[in-house]
Amino acid sequence: MIAFDFEYYEATTLKEAKELYEKAQAMDKKVMYYNGGTEFITFARKGKAYAEVVINIKNIPDCNLLEVRDGTLLIGASVTLNAIVNAGFYPLLEDVVKRIADHTSRNKITIGGNLNSQLMYKEAILPLLLADAKLEIFGEEGIRYVPVQEVFNKKRTLKQGELLVTIQVATENLQLPSTFIKRTKMSKVGYPVVSAAAIIKEEQFRIAFSGVCASPFRSAAIEKILNASDLQIDQRIEKALREIPGKIVEDVNGSSAYRQFLLTQVMEDMYRGLEVGK
Amino acid sequence: MKLSNGKGKMVAPLLINGEIHDVIVRSADTLLPILREQLGLTGAKQACQNGDCGACTVLINNQPSHACLSLAIETVNQSITTIEGLSNSPMQEAFVNNWAIQCGYCTPGFIVNSHALVTNHPNADDNIIEEWLQSNICRCTGYEEIKMAVKSVLKTSSE
Ligand code: FES
Ligand code: FES
Repeated sequence: MIAFDFEYYEATTLKEAKELYEKAQAMDKKVMYYNGGTEFITFARKGKAYAEVVINIKNIPDCNLLEVRDGTLLIGASVTLNAIVNAGFYPLLEDVVKRIADHTSRNKITIGGNLNSQLMYKEAILPLLLADAKLEIFGEEGIRYVPVQEVFNKKRTLKQGELLVTIQVATENLQLPSTFIKRTKMSKVGYPVVSAAAIIKEEQFRIAFSGVCASPFRSAAIEKILNASDLQIDQRIEKALREIPGKIVEDVNGSSAYRQFLLTQVMEDMYRGLEVGK
Repeated sequence: MKLSNGKGKMVAPLLINGEIHDVIVRSADTLLPILREQLGLTGAKQACQNGDCGACTVLINNQPSHACLSLAIETVNQSITTIEGLSNSPMQEAFVNNWAIQCGYCTPGFIVNSHALVTNHPNADDNIIEEWLQSNICRCTGYEEIKMAVKSVLKTSSE
């Protein structure tokens, strides 16, 4: 049971959502946007999330787009992970989201919710980082468009009161050679000890990671090394490991030494899978 | 559209198993206790309350969903089916006939999910069956019999 009460609203337009948010803020109330709600409900039950006003944005049509328009795939923030898989637009994104939680949960978890998760994994970000996706964000000054790297790479998130409307990916980036590897501690369903997604674009290897550091990342320095054709694959990996942009996580799922070991394996498997260096 | 007040409660009309039921909810109530405690629909079981076990699975708009992970208030205007709405369904019979049951605590969740599986994928292969059934955990019987139950319904409907 959630041990606190909150006001609950369902907004049907972006404008309405913003007005409700600002009204709550003006009254000094702790306010939150609500999408799939799986994280809010589980966290609130454990006392790890709190809100006095909850604004459900799931009925806003803009947040439910899932279509290709003028060479761009638009994915609304309220689209569920299963809907993304069923739509079949972006194979790498499908591979990644198919491994987030379990099938029943994926009927409720939205892509916007995954990207805004308080947990460190946010794996849906990986294909978006690789494809240089853009985000349509609605906030104080109306709509703005921002490269995904600027908002969700490393620890950054949306600003207070901002709402993710759509994720936009150029169609030329949807069908590139790609691979995704996720290693969990025990069962297939679970948080990653290490997960990584990679693509080949213009003969260059791009890679993004989750589960390794305190937040997912894609690093230009790592990619430069991994694309250095004058080095052997194992030399590249060894050098790339030195460029991990933060402390490697050490937790109940695995020590940092074990994660580092897995990272080496995962990168080797990815090179092999994508036939890089042949 | 304002649907509920802070500490107040509201009467919410929920469409469950084809009938409208008026229930009294706090905004913070999840669907699971409302089904069980206000409507006596105790088939959906409470276990982890965390979306991990699938014991509370119901159908929302014909898709499996954890009743512990939906606010009751957000299911207004949705169509909810509980295990009670699948009474005497082919999947229920298949679970009985294949002995896909032991203590029975997980069984309603499995049947609801499996029913949705064969409805959505009448030609489901082993990969799809595995993907869907990963959502439910059973602590006492074998998963093999459960898979056999699912396959027996798929087979009958394809004949
Ligand atoms: S009680 Fe809902 S998934 Fe376990
Ligand atoms: S039959 Fe006992 S938990 Fe599944």
